[in-house]
Amino acid sequence: MTDEAPLTIMCSRRALHASLDRLVAALRASGSNLVGLLLLLGGLTVFFAMLLPGTFLRVATLQAMMFQLPELGLLSLAMAIPLISGGLNLAIIATANQAALLMAWILTTQMPHEASGGLLALWIATALAAGFLLCFAIGILSGVMVAVMGVHPILVTLGTQTLVGGISIWLTHGRTLSGFPEPLLRVSNETFFGIPISFIVLAAVAVVVQVLLTRTPLGIRIHMIGSNLEATRFAGVDTRRVQIWVYVLSSLLCWLAAIIMMARFNSAGANIAQSYLLITILAAILGGIDPYGGFGRIDGLVLSLAILQMISSGFNLLGFSEHLTLALWGVTLLAVMSVKRLAATIQVSRFRSSRDQRKHHA
Amino acid sequence: MRRCTNPIAFLFRRTETALAAVIIVVSAVFSLASPYFLTLSNATDLIEANSVTTILAAGVFVVLVSGGIDISFAAVASVTQYVAALMATRYDWPVLPTVGLACALGVTLGIINALLTYYLRVVSIIVTIATSSIYYATLIYVTGGTEIYNLPDWWTNRIIFFQTKTASGDVARITLPMLIMVAVVLMTHLLMTRTRAGRQIYAFGGNPEAASRIGIKILPLQMHVYGYLGFLAGLAGFVQAHRVHQAVPTAMFGTELNVVAVAILGGASLVGGVGSMGGVILGVLLLAILQNGLNLLGVSYFFGVVVGLTILISISVTGYAEQRISLRRRPETS
Amino acid sequence: MRRSPPVLKLNTLRPSSTPFLGLENIGKRFGGTIALEGIDWSVQAGEVHCLVGENGSGKSTLIKIIAGVLAPEKGGRIIVEGLVHDHLDPPLAKKLGIQVIYQDLSLFPNLSVLENIAIDHELGAPTGLIDKKAMLVSAETVLASLDAHLPLGVRVGQLSVAQRQIVAICRGLASNARLLFMDEPTSSLTRHEVELLLAVVRRLKKLGVAVVFVSHRLEEVVELAERITVLRDGRKVATLPVSEVNDQRLAELMTGSRFENSVPAHHLKDRPPALAARRATRSGEFIDVTFTLHAGEVLGLTGLLGAGRTELALALFGMSMLERGELLFDGAPLRLRSNRDAIAAGIAYVPEDRLRLGLNLRQSIADNVSIGVLDRLLDRTGLVPPGRRSGLAREWVSRLGIIAANVAAAVQTLSGGNQQRVVLAKWLATKPKVLILDSPTVGVDIRNKHGIYEVIRKLAKDGVAILLISDEIPEVFFNCDRVLHMREGHLAGEFIPGEPSEEALTEAVFA
Repeated sequence: MTDEAPLTIMCSRRALHASLDRLVAALRASGSNLVGLLLLLGGLTVFFAMLLPGTFLRVATLQAMMFQLPELGLLSLAMAIPLISGGLNLAIIATANQAALLMAWILTTQMPHEASGGLLALWIATALAAGFLLCFAIGILSGVMVAVMGVHPILVTLGTQTLVGGISIWLTHGRTLSGFPEPLLRVSNETFFGIPISFIVLAAVAVVVQVLLTRTPLGIRIHMIGSNLEATRFAGVDTRRVQIWVYVLSSLLCWLAAIIMMARFNSAGANIAQSYLLITILAAILGGIDPYGGFGRIDGLVLSLAILQMISSGFNLLGFSEHLTLALWGVTLLAVMSVKRLAATIQVSRFRSSRDQRKHHA
Repeated sequence: MRRCTNPIAFLFRRTETALAAVIIVVSAVFSLASPYFLTLSNATDLIEANSVTTILAAGVFVVLVSGGIDISFAAVASVTQYVAALMATRYDWPVLPTVGLACALGVTLGIINALLTYYLRVVSIIVTIATSSIYYATLIYVTGGTEIYNLPDWWTNRIIFFQTKTASGDVARITLPMLIMVAVVLMTHLLMTRTRAGRQIYAFGGNPEAASRIGIKILPLQMHVYGYLGFLAGLAGFVQAHRVHQAVPTAMFGTELNVVAVAILGGASLVGGVGSMGGVILGVLLLAILQNGLNLLGVSYFFGVVVGLTILISISVTGYAEQRISLRRRPETS
Repeated sequence: MRRSPPVLKLNTLRPSSTPFLGLENIGKRFGGTIALEGIDWSVQAGEVHCLVGENGSGKSTLIKIIAGVLAPEKGGRIIVEGLVHDHLDPPLAKKLGIQVIYQDLSLFPNLSVLENIAIDHELGAPTGLIDKKAMLVSAETVLASLDAHLPLGVRVGQLSVAQRQIVAICRGLASNARLLFMDEPTSSLTRHEVELLLAVVRRLKKLGVAVVFVSHRLEEVVELAERITVLRDGRKVATLPVSEVNDQRLAELMTGSRFENSVPAHHLKDRPPALAARRATRSGEFIDVTFTLHAGEVLGLTGLLGAGRTELALALFGMSMLERGELLFDGAPLRLRSNRDAIAAGIAYVPEDRLRLGLNLRQSIADNVSIGVLDRLLDRTGLVPPGRRSGLAREWVSRLGIIAANVAAAVQTLSGGNQQRVVLAKWLATKPKVLILDSPTVGVDIRNKHGIYEVIRKLAKDGVAILLISDEIPEVFFNCDRVLHMREGHLAGEFIPGEPSEEALTEAVFA
């Protein structure tokens, strides 16, 4: 039985729980989300400043945050693009680790120790290129399976994660590789006017991704696919190509994250940064990216990353162990989702009453 | 006008028979490669080694049929195992209350997943990623990662129900974990095929909107489903500690993917409404044989690669077939 | 605690003075809006009744009240078999025998026919084993009472739409339905299947079960129903025996105004050919189709379900490949590997399933309109400035008369008619030379229908070649220069409106 906007068969699982949310997501002005995040950021700054008088509000703290943020930021971007396209990439950590391992292997076992100057640069470039190609291949594999084979992204990336992780373990037998050449380490350790180079890289990449998603045909198509794949395909968009691009871009961002991780930790291994998966999802949702796809802005993501990094640094200074921190991240994710749910319920009832006003006039 | 052929039944039948065929082929290969493979003792060891995985896979299977997914079961199993071990060692709790506590705690943690998924209106994978991290990290934080190794004898003593020795010295045993596993498998199968609750779960997985229209209440159903997985997780943790004689908080970390993989291999789908316990058993068997064979050949580190490839190949085949069927069916009117 | 299986009660016809369902003074407000007011209505046992009304007329609100999903305002009474209620709730409505079959049939494709029919046996307390014997008895009884035959063990997902409909009806009966609401029951059925449905409805009548269906297809309404009730703006406008109703009267009642239909005065065979098919064939869908569509012409394509019209259109649009024959565009052969090739050539296709295939509901009007032409909106740096997309959308909003506050509003907030115009805008923005419209006015109220017809006429005047696919004879009769008639995959005839009368055309198609 139909009202104004008849709903046809929606057999997707999401539809049952999310029809209201879709309404709200469409109505919600993204501006209000940004304002909320800015307020939260401000509030947290005050909170931690009060909790840690003298230690929190220092340039050194800010610098420390800028050192720690880049790899999480790049991985969050790697998670955000598939999310916006209506999918999910659970393999980002495994991809980053595997790329790091490959590049580390070249730099520690293949490259002669005495190499310097131009030869060193060449070796580093080779390692980086190898990592790039590997991530590209993983991206193509995942993309083709999602786009051409029609497999659910969760399954695809679970499978890719297992395969890639398995390869990592097989090749390293669980050991880590370390001892990278100095120019590579400088990426994380050196600063430019006090700002770490890795942070500048993150900022530049974030700007590029934002422009890509909002101003290029590819980015716009990614959004449209995320909200209705079939209709977008009907409209003449090559959805297969776009989906493959989504996973290729995601994997290439993992490559950048791998470089930063290698530079910061001076080691690469199969099991590094596993807990990041949760945090990247948290950052995406907090930043306003709709987990069902179709909506999301990078500026929101950046703000939410700043918030999460602040919380993380605050926890660090408060002496929380990493495990306690991880548990708290889980709680934070649930809390964020609860708040959004509450806000959505309020907005829906507001929409309903205004719609009934309009129905009378229609 | 085109009539629909039999896409779903055909595919479904194919999954189980395809699995069986692959298992036979792989077993043949391994038996040629290693003389130890096709022995009774190897077989019983294999079954017992995978008893925990099977128990968990039964629970994951039920959740998948309902259309959800839950990856927090390993964390739940670790938490319940540790708490139960604490009670048994520090306060000398006997067997029944200990097991009861483990299962009850598991049910509770599972129900929390259901409540969060329902009230927050977010996909179950994200909710369970969150709860998995919370449960795990809290456990490690509180315990410092140390294991409990002085478990009481009733817990750790190996219980053998049946043992035979063949003429060639080959030994076959039926042990407690195996029995529990069989009981869980049978119980789950009966629950899903013969009870009202089970059929409602299939219905809900197949068409959630229609299910709520005819009066199936979503929240109680999800509480049952996730609670059941939690219950089995408690049981699995108990069996795990029984086998390794310790309660190790980090032992089950990272095993989530394997368990989900066997359920999906066995025919359950993320979409919901399909799957059978028989398929799940075959999935467990396939991966178990692969791991066992690789171990015997001395290339155990290769396992992850093999599992990953198996998953990718199987989901590709399934996904591609399903897609071709739905494409053929597309022009439905006029 | 075991539930006893529901007993199938077979009634004889009651005398017509006591209706099965009576509504007195039923009204419904939502906040300040009046959705229904002063509805007095009755349905006799065993009657077949049709409920019509435009979007916004209140018919779905009325059905929800009867089904117990909503409660009416105070002062309204619902009388079921003589018992008065001031409101119902879903379990009570079901117990009283009121069941609704929604358009998607609400079946479980992964469960068997038996389980779908007897699902009531599987509901209730979560504990307890299923009683397969009782289920079998119940299902077989119901099937027998309808003289229908279905394989009980087969999964419903493998059945055809018509068979699934029977399953849905059986499920209602097995749950002791005495009044069945059906939403657009014939919309996906072939001619033959409609006959079968008719037979089932007659048996329901014999069993004393009343059927109320919502439909807009006059030909089928006339065949199935005994009485028609028209709702408009929340009020009941008329209840008439079906013999007193024709198309124009119905339109008048539904909208309150007269619409003059006139036949367009010409046909344009001397215009250049735009799109042509020669012996186009796809086995199982259409065979040996040859026709030419000229620039500036509105060519109608009609026929019953199963005729192959949409299949042909999809092939013309590149979504499927021809097995034999060829397509010609502007006289030259056209090879289409996908719909992108078709769009590049200048062919546009407005699909029948507007919501699923035509629109991105959650996205804005600007997003939807610009999706097909993003590459044409690039500036010097290769990016798409946001202003260009909203500018394009605003241009089309004014050209097509779309009523929307803001092009950034989500499309799902618009009414059906406006949504269809957004779909049109999207395709017109690609500047097509050939526009294929597949049932473009389904679910669009009459006022907006005529608005869309005007758009079509203007496009034709501008030289666009239009293929109008529709199963509403009046729609093709009054809007097309020529009408092609397809039957079972073949082109069965060509008509020029005005030469045969509308009745003659209807007869030819429905013969």
